[in-house]
Amino acid sequence: MAHRIIDGCVNCWACEPLCPNQAIQAATPHFLIDPAKCNDCDGHYADPQCASICPIEGVILDGNGQAVNPPGSLTGIPPDQWATAMSEIRAR
Amino acid sequence: MTQLVSNSGTTAASGLCSSSGCPTSSSSNRGADRLAHLPEAIRARIHNHPCFSEEAHHHYARMHVAVAPACNIQCHYCNRKYDCSNESRPGVVSELLTPEQAIQKTLAVAAAIPQMSVLGIAGPGDPLANPERTLATFRGLSEKAPDIKLCLSTNGLALPGLVDEICRHNIEHVTITINCVDPEIGARIYPWIFWNNRRITGIKAARILIEQQQKGLEMLVERGVLVKINSVLIPGVNDRHLREVSRVVKAKGAFLHNLMPLIAEPEHGTFFGLMGQRSPTAAELQTLQNDCADGMAVMRHCRQCRADAVGMLGEDRCAEFTLDKIGAMEIDHDAAMQRRAETRAAIEAKRLAPPSATLVPIVTLMRRPSSATRTIRVAVASSDGQTINQHFGHAEEFFIYTADGASVRHIDTVRVGSYCSGPADCGEQSFILDDTIQALDGCAAVLCARIGIDIWGRLEAAGIMPNGEHAQERIEEAIAAVYPELTASRRLNQSDATPTRQVRHGGTR
Ligand code: SF4
Ligand code: SF4
Ligand code: SF4
Repeated sequence: MAHRIIDGCVNCWACEPLCPNQAIQAATPHFLIDPAKCNDCDGHYADPQCASICPIEGVILDGNGQAVNPPGSLTGIPPDQWATAMSEIRAR
Repeated sequence: MTQLVSNSGTTAASGLCSSSGCPTSSSSNRGADRLAHLPEAIRARIHNHPCFSEEAHHHYARMHVAVAPACNIQCHYCNRKYDCSNESRPGVVSELLTPEQAIQKTLAVAAAIPQMSVLGIAGPGDPLANPERTLATFRGLSEKAPDIKLCLSTNGLALPGLVDEICRHNIEHVTITINCVDPEIGARIYPWIFWNNRRITGIKAARILIEQQQKGLEMLVERGVLVKINSVLIPGVNDRHLREVSRVVKAKGAFLHNLMPLIAEPEHGTFFGLMGQRSPTAAELQTLQNDCADGMAVMRHCRQCRADAVGMLGEDRCAEFTLDKIGAMEIDHDAAMQRRAETRAAIEAKRLAPPSATLVPIVTLMRRPSSATRTIRVAVASSDGQTINQHFGHAEEFFIYTADGASVRHIDTVRVGSYCSGPADCGEQSFILDDTIQALDGCAAVLCARIGIDIWGRLEAAGIMPNGEHAQERIEEAIAAVYPELTASRRLNQSDATPTRQVRHGGTR
């Protein structure tokens, strides 16, 4: 199984140098993971490195096709609390 | 103020402020450098640094190269599609260079612009999240152009581990962006960091980041590296807290604290922008700067330049040095270094010389001595800081003056995105104009060489009177000429409803 980068990646380069298997390629419209090289960081790190630094929710999928960073996981604001957070921030 | 050594490769349009005088000191003899209180040894070292010395930025040029794309933290005011917001206005994208290309570009620019004194790496991400690329660039330059100072800006997370490596190169200045020293406040600015191969979130993340920043600051100071601190003022988050930050970083030996306003527009797609977090008003920023100034030198002339900026502060000549153009340049490096040494000597000789005799005391420029004492602000579009010679839409910065019936003084320079700099920017015109109008908030008028009719209306509606009647006139004289009509008109009374700000010499950014 391998991780996958999908549409929405902003080509920020953060993941590329971290991959222990050099599986990540700078590409357009978005970066790509070579499935033949990615081993999910097994034997290298506890967490997949690319998905641990990626700043964009939802753009890296694990081997099961699940988003490693689902909505709300990176902003710290779950989708159902977005409106409340917004009104708090607007009151500043 | 004296004239700069002219630069042969300069075109009139993108001039390297080669004809510019120093508006700060020509408009007032109180234009003393804000660094005057610092110890002699430190002053000498920043003397030629255009980003640190208010006076040097009229004489020397700096450039940034964009070699470091990755970042290891997230700031809520940054959209990672674009360059690091700590170093640039949001929405800017720089052309990424390899270290080899960056070295080549720097040498080409330094050969063409002998005023070049500083090379900085400030992005597009965090230079220390890409240590190999950053250090390879520095290594090459210390070898090939040892006269050029190197500097670095970082969020601080990876700093302690790299301090010794950094100090091996010709590095004199490091800028750390420190927005807080309290993890609870930090958690509202930084949602996560990447640390020891894991993502860490919340207060724990902020605590680590703060510890690393403070440790990095201490280590650099111990090793004699100059450290500047940047802080972004975020209303309702760290506005009160920044006084504490200023106190702490000063106690640890930072030599300058640069307070920058948060820029948060929804169009930039940042978390804060999308959530409707507001930016500070000019008055809020100024109050904070004044409060912090008691504690330490506060820098007010930072233009938040972009990661691949080339030229004098407030100008950008990067279009002249694209990769294909520098590839075609033949450079004699020894001759270039020699020319820089001569240029430096000439600049220093002029900086030491007494002010030119052509300066007229400002008071005598007032055409009609007036008993009015009302202070108004006037913005000016000028490429050289001396004459009103710019089209409103082409201006990338505005000189802000105050006039009070007795004198006209340059107090600030605000940087804006010029809204018609080329077809590539067209889609962004209208929000840049909004930005510009906001930046000119509090000004009774804006003097420029020319202005489009549609923009005229927008400015008038915002209470800022556009005026193109004084094109090519000297700034102080033109402001003295418009002062009576501005103070007489009803428009001023309206804009007077905003209380006149207590303006201290030195500006707000
Ligand atoms: S999961 Fe690990 S091995 Fe796979 S691409 Fe990401 S960093 Fe590389
Ligand atoms: S870190 Fe995420 S957004 Fe950045 S290049 Fe990699 S996949 Fe794309
Ligand atoms: S350090 Fe710079 S690039 Fe990284 S998130 Fe903050 S503003 Fe953006």
